[in-house]
Amino acid sequence: MTSVSTLLDAIIKLLEPFNSKSITISGDTSFAHDLELDSLAVMDFVAEMEDHFDIMIPLNILPDLENVGQIVAAVEKIVEQAHG
Amino acid sequence: MADLFDKFEGLTNLRNTLVFEKTDPYKIVMEDVISPTEAIIDGKHTILAGTNNYMGLTFDQRCIDAAQNALTMSGTGTTGSRVLNGTYAAHRELEAAIADLYCMEHAMVFSTGFLANLGMISALAGKNDIIMIDADSHASIYDGCGLSDATITRFRHNDAADLDKRLGRLNAGRRVLVIVEGLYSMLGDKAPLADIVAACKKHDAYLMVDEAHSLGPYGANGQGVAAADGVLDQVDFIVGTFSKSVGTVGGFCASNHPDFEILRLASRPYMFSASLPPSVVASATAAIKIIKEDRTPQQNLWRNAKQLHAGLTEMGFQLGADCSPVIAVLIDDRDVAVRSWEQLLDEGIYVNLALPPATPQNTNLLRCSLSAAHTPDQIDQILAAFDKVKNSNSVNQS
Repeated sequence: MTSVSTLLDAIIKLLEPFNSKSITISGDTSFAHDLELDSLAVMDFVAEMEDHFDIMIPLNILPDLENVGQIVAAVEKIVEQAHG
Repeated sequence: MADLFDKFEGLTNLRNTLVFEKTDPYKIVMEDVISPTEAIIDGKHTILAGTNNYMGLTFDQRCIDAAQNALTMSGTGTTGSRVLNGTYAAHRELEAAIADLYCMEHAMVFSTGFLANLGMISALAGKNDIIMIDADSHASIYDGCGLSDATITRFRHNDAADLDKRLGRLNAGRRVLVIVEGLYSMLGDKAPLADIVAACKKHDAYLMVDEAHSLGPYGANGQGVAAADGVLDQVDFIVGTFSKSVGTVGGFCASNHPDFEILRLASRPYMFSASLPPSVVASATAAIKIIKEDRTPQQNLWRNAKQLHAGLTEMGFQLGADCSPVIAVLIDDRDVAVRSWEQLLDEGIYVNLALPPATPQNTNLLRCSLSAAHTPDQIDQILAAFDKVKNSNSVNQS
């Protein structure tokens, strides 16, 4: 099982290519306001996470995920379900 | 007080950063439409090179006669949905013509192409199902997914290996509907359908192909890319529109699924929309027959596409894909794209200006779509205008 802090680090690393303003990313960093990601960039980022963790992240849950911490929690749940 | 329109602030700002000098795409009015390829815009004779009128049938005498006759005989509209008073004999004949075109048992007609995707996707995929769509899918596919209760996921654009990998990640036993387009409307790139079919078969997934931009241009009888690639009989659902090659408005789905007809009682966009007016049904039926039987429009379309694609390539423009009836010129700088679009219009050439977020990979596009009705001389005029634009701008070259 992956620990939350390792997950956070991994996800922050995956986010770096989308961090065009080079801000410091933490759990509280918001996708829309801090990173200024548009919907297309968000979906590309989702594809990167899916490949990295070998999971499926439904587009349906994206509207409720506003910051990095929420993504970490969602991915943790999906990884547990998928790989036990 | 909070304003419902506050949410559009970002969109308004984006809109205001586009600097047009005289006119802009949102102000274009076709004052007089002269033919499938010419109109008067702002008082000026203009060649239309961005109307998706691939077969050039909008002024075909056979289609006009059929529509006029239906208008006289059956009136201006049906005033009802298909499940109430809106099914006329002609609606059934049109559905039979589509089923015949695709060599499939069933076909259902919708009131627009957008509704065909909304109606099919939302009815087919339920709460426990998964829909896997190409990342570059049209808005109507995304919105059809949104209207369904299914789990939605994407695969990388035109990447059958990625589709295979992502289908492999899903738990066995889940019903999956994969959705792709035959020809993608922005860059004009074709789906690798044989490989996509193979991935779907391997994982027991259903496949829906939207032939909106490929009905007409592709296939021995104009059915689309699935037929051209020899996999039509392995596609579960073909979706398409009458608003491009067919030259009117409406949408359809064709399928061999034995229980297909139940969708007439399950698809809400089908059940709760007024059916197509008799004149539209008549011209669509006439156009489908022409597309199936007359190879001349298809041949003329490809002659024109090849001429424009080769000419633009020779000038050094970077194009979106190999030759197809959709030819997208990629412009690195957004302001150059905006200025070039206006200059083309000034030269009497109408193309589509397509900008992010409506385009893949944040590209700025001067998107051309060819018609069978263009003459080689008109293609020369389009090329001459692009040449002028290139010389007056520092347009990127490949």
